[in-house]
Amino acid sequence: MSAVPETALSERTEPLLDLRDVTVTYRTSEGPLPAVRGVNLTVAPGQVVGLAGESGCGKSTLVSTVLRLQPSGAKVEGEVLVLGQDVQTVGWGALRALRWAEASIVFQGALHSLNPVQRIGAQIAEPITVHEPDLGDAAVQRRVEELLEQVGLPGARKRAYPHQLSGGQRQRVMIAMALACRPQLIVADEPTTALDVMVQAQILDLLRDLVRDLGVGLLIISHDLSVLADVCDRVLVMYAGRVVESGTAAQAFTDPLHPYTAALSGAFPRIGDPAARYAPAGLAGDPPDPRELPPGCSFAPRCPRAVDRCTEAEPPLLEVAPGRPVACIRVGEP
Amino acid sequence: MSASTPALTPRQVTRRRRADAVRRSWASFRSHRSGLFGLALLTFFLLVALLAPLLADGEGLEVTKATGGVLESPGSGGYVLGTDENGRSIVTLLIWGSRISLFVGLLATVISMVIGTLVGLMSGFFEGWPARILYRVTEWFLVIPFIPLAIVLATVLGRSLINIVIVIGITGWASTAMLIRSQTLSIKERPYVERARVLGAGRWHQMSRHVLPNVMPMVFANTTLTVALAILAETTLSFLGLGDPTRVSWGSMLEDAFDVGAMTTGAWWYIVPPGVCVVLVVLAFTLVGQALEEIFNPRLRGR
Amino acid sequence: MSAAAVPAPDPAPDDVVLEARGVEVEFVTRTGHAARALDGVDLSVRRGEVLAIVGESGSGKTTLARTLMGLERPTRGEVVFGGAPLDYSFRGLKAYRSRVQMVLQDAAGSLNPRQTVYESVAEGIRLHRRDRSDEQGRSEAELVAAALAESGLRPPERLFLRYPHELSGGQKQRVLIAGALALRPEVLLADEPVSSLDASIRGEILALLLRFRQELGMGVAVVTHDLGLAWNIADRIAVMYLGRVVECGTTEEVLTAPRHPYTQALLSVVPEIEQLEPVVLTGEVPDPSRIPSGCRFHPRCPKLADGTADRAGVAGDCVGTPLPVLPATGDHRAACHLA
Repeated sequence: MSAVPETALSERTEPLLDLRDVTVTYRTSEGPLPAVRGVNLTVAPGQVVGLAGESGCGKSTLVSTVLRLQPSGAKVEGEVLVLGQDVQTVGWGALRALRWAEASIVFQGALHSLNPVQRIGAQIAEPITVHEPDLGDAAVQRRVEELLEQVGLPGARKRAYPHQLSGGQRQRVMIAMALACRPQLIVADEPTTALDVMVQAQILDLLRDLVRDLGVGLLIISHDLSVLADVCDRVLVMYAGRVVESGTAAQAFTDPLHPYTAALSGAFPRIGDPAARYAPAGLAGDPPDPRELPPGCSFAPRCPRAVDRCTEAEPPLLEVAPGRPVACIRVGEP
Repeated sequence: MSASTPALTPRQVTRRRRADAVRRSWASFRSHRSGLFGLALLTFFLLVALLAPLLADGEGLEVTKATGGVLESPGSGGYVLGTDENGRSIVTLLIWGSRISLFVGLLATVISMVIGTLVGLMSGFFEGWPARILYRVTEWFLVIPFIPLAIVLATVLGRSLINIVIVIGITGWASTAMLIRSQTLSIKERPYVERARVLGAGRWHQMSRHVLPNVMPMVFANTTLTVALAILAETTLSFLGLGDPTRVSWGSMLEDAFDVGAMTTGAWWYIVPPGVCVVLVVLAFTLVGQALEEIFNPRLRGR
Repeated sequence: MSAAAVPAPDPAPDDVVLEARGVEVEFVTRTGHAARALDGVDLSVRRGEVLAIVGESGSGKTTLARTLMGLERPTRGEVVFGGAPLDYSFRGLKAYRSRVQMVLQDAAGSLNPRQTVYESVAEGIRLHRRDRSDEQGRSEAELVAAALAESGLRPPERLFLRYPHELSGGQKQRVLIAGALALRPEVLLADEPVSSLDASIRGEILALLLRFRQELGMGVAVVTHDLGLAWNIADRIAVMYLGRVVECGTTEEVLTAPRHPYTQALLSVVPEIEQLEPVVLTGEVPDPSRIPSGCRFHPRCPKLADGTADRAGVAGDCVGTPLPVLPATGDHRAACHLA
């Protein structure tokens, strides 16, 4: 790969992304809405970290703080460090340089994130010309073709309009755009949602290859724990704005400690497992309204293992085994 | 299932649902300051029009019974806004003129909304040649320039109040039909219309229960905007001398003022008040219409 | 949390309620080409059985469900219900739709935003005057309440006046299921019933479908791209590719011993930790206006590409000889020259 930036390969001591006790609160007409409550997360170069959780759990809000893209009504506390700089406090100029060039996002919904009346080549070229205005036209075009080939599309496809591409191809274009300025950190928000299994497998393969070849750090957000288990090194599971469990992908998926992680893992049965035949696993009820969180553990009302003690206090995220923080007071109990 | 006997009959449910919907719409309307201002203005003009006989003596309109001097300036002789060239009180003319302007505006709007909604719904919902013909007719009406057609129609039909209403109604429905058609086209593709088909509903049911209720709010919002246009059209036609010669409207006041050269003689009190009234009423309808549009069209509504 | 793990009794062939016989559906594309969304499908739905119709987008699975529902009219072939071909007159379809129901793909969009939950569920009851024909003499409101309760929304009265935007995704899907269930259909078609729902909600909805099959003896056909879902609830599976069923059989047969290379590839990419060597097919399902010659899967077939077909001496057939339509019998079959 010719496109490997030298810095990405050199040893880095600090993580690419370091979220420290991040809390995000939306101001709404019905009072404050705590979307994210004290999340810690790091992504190192060459590492793939997954963030799992259902709609409304705060994962998309958390991601928006990484490039300070959160809505103006949101109050962010804690530190969001990208390559050591606090994104939430840096000046506009530094932030602009940071976006795309240091860190970029593959947004959810490739169809709606692409401009329907612009050729995809021009859309990929846009961040390049913004960040490297001295680059000649021919050089930019060459880079666009390179990027397209990097994501598995022929360079000539740069002349296509988004509607001429299939869902999987559009997602590839989105990834090419994210790579345009050779960032060291890529955040992918639901990169495979709405794609077919086969195309999903293709995109996951692509992301895996990019991390291996370019040494970038990758943070993937998904509601599908099985997808994360497939590509990630570490997985964090969020519920009602908090991380309730984290561990290696294999641990989270095959040996979940938190009952919520267990439910997420059970929702995607292993084919061939007789225990899952005629026994779809799920939880009763819906995730709580962030404005009216239940007392104690937010998961208690839906938890199959809940006891009276669970409603007394929010369980802290404690390391129950090396590298396995879990927020459940019943871990280890029968 | 005896445990689940509900306390509500379907009719009560429907009634409560409607009351809820009205309450919610009103609550969201109240948050629009400009809409509320428009509504207040509108209420004022409607009250003036309705209470005209109590506010000003109708005899004040008759030239033969006029008591004032020719083009008296405001304040003199007890005329707050002065008099016209026949010695009639401008205030009286304004108050009675509001009746005609609003009446023509509202009635013409009703005509164009009914035609526009029907044609728009039909041409949007149905497929095949009848719908295509309706669409062509709509397009045809849309591109005909308003003034020449109105002049021709008014001349052919004769100068009367009801004819003015018809002229404005017939020339104004096409844009409504286009709007309703595009709404219908988008709503009939919604999955809930298909769900109704799956449940066994026929076209009539789909149209009356699903398409129409979802188009109606747009019709409603569009109505208020159309009224504003209709009032302007009435003013235009009357100003061009195509209005009913026996009635006073704001447009005919402007025409008379123009005819006697109020502009050049500096009799501003004859020109400005009807002009301001037209602008205010149009503004009021537009503000209310915009507020309604924003309430009923979720895409314009910020979350 | 889950339905009792009782497998369905082996359904006898005469339990077939709904059938597709050689169904073809053609569309004319914008460029004027005829695209064959369904290219000859034989399929049967049996009483008291969950059938999963599995495939990627573009495989024709949704078109098949819509054709079974009478929303699309087959260009060739026929849909047979209770032994008689479907009557496409308005009255015929209306009567049919009181016995066969469908839950459409987009749960959020399938509820009229201006109708309350009560009205949405009551719509079918009103259309078919079910309150007049109810054996227990229940009123419309009682029928609505019963359908909501059976779909897991309890207490139902609390939801009567809610609007769709006040419901969670899972609740919307349950309201839609309740609306279909209120008609007591013999067959329920469900198009991607859980794909837009959160993972933790999924299981409950699937358990509901299983319950209908077990307690009400309904035939259920689920259209899905999710093989895990099929493993969870389906008795039989039909795998579709480019407008045809390419493999069918019982769930155990198809998912644990797949015969078609396409099914094998699909299974291998289901994300899991300790998995088979994933066979990631390149490209996507081709355009139905350009169906490849011979076996329609041959341009993407890994068995043809790696020479397995050549060694078996069928490579020529793969490229040149079309395969017959798979018959809708109960046995495990695959439309492949190698099988």
